[in-house]
Amino acid sequence: MSLLEVTDLTLHYATREDPVRAVDGVSFRLERGQALGVVGESGSGKTSLSLALMRLLPSNATGYGGSVMLDGQEVMALSDDEFRRQVRWRKLSMVFQGAQNSLNPVLRVGHQVAEPLMLENGARKAQARERVLSLFDLVRLPREVADRYPHELSGGMKQRVMIAMSLVLDPALVVLDEPTSALDVSIQAQMMNLLKDLKRDLGISFIFITHDIALASDLCDRIAVVYAGQMVEIGSADDALTQPSHPYTQLLLGSIPRLAADEPPQFIPGAPPDLTGPPSGCRFHPRCPYVFEPCDRDDPPLAAAREGHEARCWLLATEK
Amino acid sequence: MNAELLRVEDLKVYYQARKGLIGSVAVKALDGVSLEVQSGETLAIVGESGSGKTTLGRAALRLIRPTGGSIHFRGEDVTNLSDSGLGAFRRRAQGVFQDPYSSLDGFMSVAQILEEPLVIHGVGTHGERVEMIHDALRDVRMSPPEEMATKFPHMLSGGLRQRVGIARALILRPDFILADEPVSMIDASSRAEILYLMLELQRTYGIGFLYITHDIATARHFSDRIAVMYAGRVVESGPAGQVIDEPLHPYTEALIRAIPEPDASNRLRQRPVIPGEPPSPTEPPAGCRFHPRCPFAIAGTCEVVDPPLIEVKPGHMTACHLHPEPEE
Repeated sequence: MSLLEVTDLTLHYATREDPVRAVDGVSFRLERGQALGVVGESGSGKTSLSLALMRLLPSNATGYGGSVMLDGQEVMALSDDEFRRQVRWRKLSMVFQGAQNSLNPVLRVGHQVAEPLMLENGARKAQARERVLSLFDLVRLPREVADRYPHELSGGMKQRVMIAMSLVLDPALVVLDEPTSALDVSIQAQMMNLLKDLKRDLGISFIFITHDIALASDLCDRIAVVYAGQMVEIGSADDALTQPSHPYTQLLLGSIPRLAADEPPQFIPGAPPDLTGPPSGCRFHPRCPYVFEPCDRDDPPLAAAREGHEARCWLLATEK
Repeated sequence: MNAELLRVEDLKVYYQARKGLIGSVAVKALDGVSLEVQSGETLAIVGESGSGKTTLGRAALRLIRPTGGSIHFRGEDVTNLSDSGLGAFRRRAQGVFQDPYSSLDGFMSVAQILEEPLVIHGVGTHGERVEMIHDALRDVRMSPPEEMATKFPHMLSGGLRQRVGIARALILRPDFILADEPVSMIDASSRAEILYLMLELQRTYGIGFLYITHDIATARHFSDRIAVMYAGRVVESGPAGQVIDEPLHPYTEALIRAIPEPDASNRLRQRPVIPGEPPSPTEPPAGCRFHPRCPFAIAGTCEVVDPPLIEVKPGHMTACHLHPEPEE
């Protein structure tokens, strides 16, 4: 049984005009102990996907549906209250983008990490403190940092605090939304090493959301590429990086400036579509160099490219 | 073409930060930087946050007045010119900034945004200015220009807004453009497009660029030379390919190794990291500022003596005791 099995998840936002189809029929699985990279550009719906999983819905959310089986349980069937008490933070937690700036400036960080333990689990202060200190060891923060205030910490230290906070109720799955995008590369590398250790030593599963496919390859066993609210390709990191099947993934990889190589980066002409009225047929077709007859008319299905590797492209769907 | 355009020497910018209730402490954002930009070349300034790269750019455009050192632009000393004396300089030296969402006035149309610098510098009649606006929009591939000129920033994507920013910098036909993280907020798939555009405009008009970035990979592909900054100093500079392929300074080397290339085997190994964090700009370490994090620090030397920036190979400089000045 997979740890997470998501089928046809949708999350739209109401606007004065047409709804924004931020997550539009996303399906994937995640095995225990694995990390899935969700790679997409801004506006592709990758953050909305994490909010849909965490059921942290903005007030204009509409069209929220689909199936999310977490550890064998259909969590979409739970009421909001049940979801909050049984699932969120306990089985599934999240490190938000830029979250290091959401720490309460007037509380010591150790106290903030301990809060869910005392409120949710009714732990005593001493017990909670012991747990916080062991979490600080785990994320390699000096124990005395627990008694400091957020302004006394560097960006990297605050992000470690946020990771400790996501682990406090021992979840099986942690969603990381651009956890290093506010950090310098030297600190980013330290953070990625920490995540690798947590994955290996504790068997935690991760969904790692990023715009940077190279960074995803630093942690993830599988990589999913999202474009305009849909998952257009999903496969092992190896396949996705070396034999990508979707033209978007191929072009995205070509757009990364390589440090080690002389070939200059290319770019994808045009811009990602507006999700209130995505293009008909395949959403990538206006930017795709291989566009042919069915592409602007019909939405391609997710078709198998290889064992365990699927892409949403007519080039694949018609080959069969 | 290879005329010296901009030369900064021993440039220092100190800010006063409050400490406690009445005290203040000097933040040495830039602490003795010397470099030059030739016309028609791109010099990339690569560094992490707090390295002083943005301060360097702002000082180079004289948006701030340096605490010490000098700035020469086409041979003229502009270090201490007053705002009124800077008019001619400002016309020749322009900037493109990081955030295309906040650097354009939302209440002005593209035409008004592009006309403003022309009006300020008293260029042309209204009819001539409209022509120049259309030319500038064609230069940045925004067509049809007549239609694009009527748009407001909120109607444009990030990539198009940044093109307006570039057109605005270009419209006065400057000799020098400071581009401070011009693509860091642009989507990955469009980033190279903007950089190619800047490269092409540079070649067409022979502009000298100071390209400030945290992204050493784009610096490799879009600049002629790279200068690496750390804690308010330049620690290495040289031809772009050479700095990346044969870095001299341990910091440059570590910075390069910290960046993942797309490779599925990355996840199976730990990435070599620079331990610790960059130093506080109020109390930089004695000697070499990188010594507390440097795996090759030489005890008795690196924490004592501040290494000078010296030429190790032709055009390739570093400030590191591992590369001592050859004895005469």
